[in-house]
Amino acid sequence: MEEILFYIFGALAVLSAAGVVLSTKSTINSALYLVVSMLSLAVLFVMLRAEFVGVLQVMVYAGAIVVLFLFVIMLLNLDEGDMGPPSQPVLKAVGAVVILGATVKLASLLRSGPRVVPELPDGFGQVREVGTILFTDYLLAFEVTGILLLAGIVGAVMLAKKTVD
Amino acid sequence: MDPWAYQLVAALLFMIGMLGVLVRRNIIVIFMCIELMLNAANLSLISFSRMWGNLDGHIFVFIVIAVAAVEVAVGLAIVISLIRNRDTVNVEDASLLKW
Repeated sequence: MEEILFYIFGALAVLSAAGVVLSTKSTINSALYLVVSMLSLAVLFVMLRAEFVGVLQVMVYAGAIVVLFLFVIMLLNLDEGDMGPPSQPVLKAVGAVVILGATVKLASLLRSGPRVVPELPDGFGQVREVGTILFTDYLLAFEVTGILLLAGIVGAVMLAKKTVD
Repeated sequence: MDPWAYQLVAALLFMIGMLGVLVRRNIIVIFMCIELMLNAANLSLISFSRMWGNLDGHIFVFIVIAVAAVEVAVGLAIVISLIRNRDTVNVEDASLLKW
């Protein structure tokens, strides 16, 4: 059962990621492919016993980030009509070969670590366990993230408000 | 399920995102491809976390998600001001700082 789910959602994540890159008709299509990819990744996170991160993925990525993308695309009424010369099939083939080769290389580098997954304690990856670590060992990083968010808000408002000549 | 299979998916997603950053010229699509790469790194971290039975990777992913949210907010503000000032989303029209 787990293997079937992995194959379905892994393939869905990769194919819709390819859709983000390959869909040239409209930017909205890319954004919708991105939602599918992120939701499939959320399923993979839950299968890896990271329930809290899976929920965050759905809420922050699919719920906030992609909606922000769609909002900007629709607000500015962008149409990607004239984006340069049409892509050449030879270059596409070269790109596909390079991507596959680099993926195999990267995956073989990642092939470290134990091959047998350990039995996990109860509550692994749930809010209580993650929160305990977040507010003890990683408290400083958490606070700094808060400052970063504040700086991001101020920067975004400044950038979007002002018209630079 | 072999955790290495998850790493393979993460590697594929990362390379697709990198290809997108390299070949696309629409700045919004380039942003989406950066998000794809961040997501691939997240999947890799979570998978390693599962392999070692250690929760530190989840904290990393939490912070990466926060940073991605900030990056999108600031990045889209930059896109809006680019469109206001230059009326374009093509990165090749904004090449003033290009060497």
